[in-house]
Amino acid sequence: MKFPIYLDYAATTPVEERVAEKMMSYLTRDGIYGNAASRSHSFGWAAEAAVSEARDEVAQLIQADVREIVWTSGATESDNLAIKGVAAFYKNKGQHIITSKMEHKAVLDTCRQLERQGYQVTYLTPDSEGMISPSQVEEAIQKETILVSLMHVNNEIGTITDLKEIGAITRKNNILFHVDAAQSAGKIPINVDDMCIDLLSISGHKLYGPKGIGVLYVRRKPRVRLEALMHGGGHERGMRSGTLPTHQIVGLGEACRLAREEMSSEIKRLDQLRHILLERFMQLEEVYVNGSLQHYSPAILNVSFNFVEGESLLMALKELALSSGSACTSESLEPSYVLRALGRNDELAHSSLRFSLGRYTTEEDVRYAANTVCQAVEKLRELSPLWDMYLDGVDLNAVQWTAH
Amino acid sequence: MSYSDEVIDHYENPRNVGKMNDNDMNVGTGMVGAPACGDVMRLQILVNNQGIIEDVKFKTYGCGSAIASSSLATEWMKNKSLDEALLIKNNDIVKELSLPPVKVHCSVLAEDAIKAAIEDYRTKNKKQSNG
Repeated sequence: MKFPIYLDYAATTPVEERVAEKMMSYLTRDGIYGNAASRSHSFGWAAEAAVSEARDEVAQLIQADVREIVWTSGATESDNLAIKGVAAFYKNKGQHIITSKMEHKAVLDTCRQLERQGYQVTYLTPDSEGMISPSQVEEAIQKETILVSLMHVNNEIGTITDLKEIGAITRKNNILFHVDAAQSAGKIPINVDDMCIDLLSISGHKLYGPKGIGVLYVRRKPRVRLEALMHGGGHERGMRSGTLPTHQIVGLGEACRLAREEMSSEIKRLDQLRHILLERFMQLEEVYVNGSLQHYSPAILNVSFNFVEGESLLMALKELALSSGSACTSESLEPSYVLRALGRNDELAHSSLRFSLGRYTTEEDVRYAANTVCQAVEKLRELSPLWDMYLDGVDLNAVQWTAH
Repeated sequence: MSYSDEVIDHYENPRNVGKMNDNDMNVGTGMVGAPACGDVMRLQILVNNQGIIEDVKFKTYGCGSAIASSSLATEWMKNKSLDEALLIKNNDIVKELSLPPVKVHCSVLAEDAIKAAIEDYRTKNKKQSNG
């Protein structure tokens, strides 16, 4: 086993060796370093060929057409381009957007910015398992609604949104549907046609590709129009100017190919590993799964260990690299807004850990991690006055606490 | 977040962990903080007939710095009179543990716990002497 054990694949993934190797041949003088926009010589043609091969790989991963793939710097830019681009282009049609309270900050902050510009945004509240229901979306639709933006897999709790049902609703109502697929692309199947998705954000570094590259899928039929954020040479059919980073693009293309080939076996393998973790944790008392027990990504498990604070738990887990929903691990000292949106009380939010598994996680890793976490929880509960009170049968909600 | 060696030492080897009988007249209990805020400290003192803190016990739910602050407080209070113990200030804890600014509130909570335990002991024993 290699220490520390990396269990934070939802934060980022290492670049797969085969991907890095391929990228290397698109940088130096003896490689393909041309500008894909150079139409007058072989250097440009070779780069253009590599870019279009990569475009094809991304398109295949989500069942799209190559002409619908727009390269960006990452999912944050893709989210910005999708939401601001649609908002600006369709502002005469309407100025209302529907999203949810548990979206990634790249979506939430973009929506906040649009609100400052006069747009109206409805933030749907997920149920206690972190699910947004199709009927919730339907009920939120107004005459002015132009866009629904929802994530496919939630990055903190791993819930999977029912895109197919929601996509049918948006299509029927002639509203555009944007999906942030940063945590799902290359992990679980996506079919932009079946799901009636109009715009979809992908991040390279979440699927064993390089950081600094992403994709925005933009539907051609029926055609989706965007106002660009970046102006210049008119690259990417005017939607995103800037010289294409060939090596990054080739890396993402290769990463998508590998992800597509390994997806079905990887889903089963990760689900087993996730189950091993969960089964071990459930041997402890007062353990709560944050998320859905039916609709979950096999790569993410979020658990609250009641009466233990997340940061102190992480301190005992130096051999593990993972993240917590505790306030103390965030800059703002606020507990996770996602867990709050689920209606989890703050205590449980403070006590949460997110385990995110990936391609290099082994069974040995998760068994070791599960035991280490359980030992640490037991040790910290010995130190916890709340655990004492729980054992004594005190109702913690009835206690008058001195908030500070 | 990186921790000072002092915080890690107290976190890994917390001093004076435990629980005293709350009903004992010689015991004062201070419970401060709130679960929703992410930290709760329970600090208890055992005071002898000379008014000296003979023993101290704590349990803390909170981050590493909160655990270390309360552990350190128990060490400093031992064998002090109540008035001497009240001179322990949160800034002393900040210095000893090299707490960063975002963790200063942990030391404030520890100072509050000291005051609350002494206050509890005094209230309890005043009531008794009054009759």
